[in-house]
Amino acid sequence: MKKRMNRSPYLTAGLILTGVMAALILLGFFWTPYDPTAISGSAKLSAPSFAHLMGTDNFGRDIFSRVLKGAGTTAVIALSTVLLGGGIGVLVGALTGYFGGIVDEVLMRLNDALNAFPSVLLALVIVSVLGSGKYNVVIALSIVFVPSFARVSRTAFAALRDANYVKSARLMGASSLRILAVQILPNTLHVLLPAFTIGFNNAVLAEASMSYLGIGVKPPDASLGYMLSESQSMLSAAPWYALCTGMTIVLLIFGVGLIGEGMNRQNKGVG
Amino acid sequence: MRYTVKKLTAFLFTMVVVSLLTFIAFDLISGDPAQAMLGTEATPEKLAALREQLGLNQPLLVRYGQWLAGFFTGNLGTSYSYKLPVGQLIAPKLGLTLCLSFLAFVLTVIVSIPLGMWSARHAGGRADALFTTLNQFFMAVPPFFTGLLFTWVFSLMLGWFVHGKFPGFGQDAVGSLWYLLFPAMALALPRIAMTVRMLRSTILSEMNKDYVRTAISRGNDWGMVLRRHVLKNSLVPVVTFLAQTMAEIVAGSIVVEQVFAVPGLGRLLMASISNRDYPVVQVIVVILALWVVLAGTLADVINRRIDPRLNLGGDAQ
Repeated sequence: MKKRMNRSPYLTAGLILTGVMAALILLGFFWTPYDPTAISGSAKLSAPSFAHLMGTDNFGRDIFSRVLKGAGTTAVIALSTVLLGGGIGVLVGALTGYFGGIVDEVLMRLNDALNAFPSVLLALVIVSVLGSGKYNVVIALSIVFVPSFARVSRTAFAALRDANYVKSARLMGASSLRILAVQILPNTLHVLLPAFTIGFNNAVLAEASMSYLGIGVKPPDASLGYMLSESQSMLSAAPWYALCTGMTIVLLIFGVGLIGEGMNRQNKGVG
Repeated sequence: MRYTVKKLTAFLFTMVVVSLLTFIAFDLISGDPAQAMLGTEATPEKLAALREQLGLNQPLLVRYGQWLAGFFTGNLGTSYSYKLPVGQLIAPKLGLTLCLSFLAFVLTVIVSIPLGMWSARHAGGRADALFTTLNQFFMAVPPFFTGLLFTWVFSLMLGWFVHGKFPGFGQDAVGSLWYLLFPAMALALPRIAMTVRMLRSTILSEMNKDYVRTAISRGNDWGMVLRRHVLKNSLVPVVTFLAQTMAEIVAGSIVVEQVFAVPGLGRLLMASISNRDYPVVQVIVVILALWVVLAGTLADVINRRIDPRLNLGGDAQ
């Protein structure tokens, strides 16, 4: 039995930061201080104050409210992408890693070919085929993320294929499905969970890049990337727009990144 | 020798699969190129003639073969929206993007190697925890956000460069390099953080080995052991990582070019995607994929040179 270690401080810090961000995002689904799309002539381009925590843009829209909504859109897209792409990837990796054989060989070669496309590029191309909008962004990014998840989980499952407890389970007549889900899966989580944190961050980054480039989320939906592209035109008049939006992306990624780092450190046993 | 042949075969095989996938995908979505080129002035006779002229009546694989040959002869078809040969359109932009990526790559290497060595030597303790946290923070900063910040600070506030006025290498080579330095820094920043983290963990795991302990116990100086032995032995994973970095930088430049209005491959790609100019898009996609595969292959070949042991058993994975 492995001794339970103290929790890594990186993990703690990451969980707190991510918790705060998640709470704010959840809040944003139900309540924002102002209507994020309401235009106000009297409060144009006002700097951050107590009335407008992050200031207003050139239409007088409250940036804090917009950031809350935008972060929600970004987080939901990233989460769906990781669940969809990661789920399929882990399934493919588990089956190929456990059973091996010709299917494994073919799928891994296909994986290599997909890996040759830089991730944002592949997503760009898929969205240009499907058309933009949030659902298509999720589909595109999920397709892009399947190979990396498949690779990680394939290695993890293949390593445990011949472990003694798996052999025992097989001798006891457990079905393959049960062995995969009940015996092996829990023992690969220490590899898979950090992979999911990296996947989430890459998804946030990819969504933000695509929406920034104007082929991701479309109005009336606003995501953080779309808002950054909006903020560029008023960079000198309202620099707080770009700063607050960008920092929200950074904090979102930073928090989840710390969680991943903390988990990795606990795996290695270096606090 | 056998290895080179094997590697070359794998490289060619991947490229054929990649280009075939790209070609088929765009063939499926692009509909009728003749219709797209003629637009409103299309009549059935004109369409048929143009299809004949473009060779659209031939089977898919034949057209794929002709298209693939175009990468060697330079005849890659015609852009719908610019009415120019694709090769002629892409060549200057490709040079610009490669220049930007190269600049970012050099920045990444020269900053991250000393930083990574420093952080590995000072592992443990408060300063290290602060450094690691800062590093983790910079890994989270997307290049296009850094790009916006740089534009705000260096262009709008300090006026060190004029945003949106890229001089072009033909006019002003020094000015162009100066302009490209800012997007290159934005691209390099998160990459530096990632490389430092990677170097740190590689060096640390190497420093725990017996030969390092022996070298130190014989009275050798830490710095020298680090430079002479540890660095050399951690080179293989570092080379692999840097190859990935090179590929990622080129992909990242698609977005950063947009932030800084650099007229490179990324801008052309975005414009072509929104114009549905598929002949241009598919060639750019294949070129970028070629770059990724090439970087990986190159890393494997270099690693064989660095560590001849890799030649004894299987692949370097």
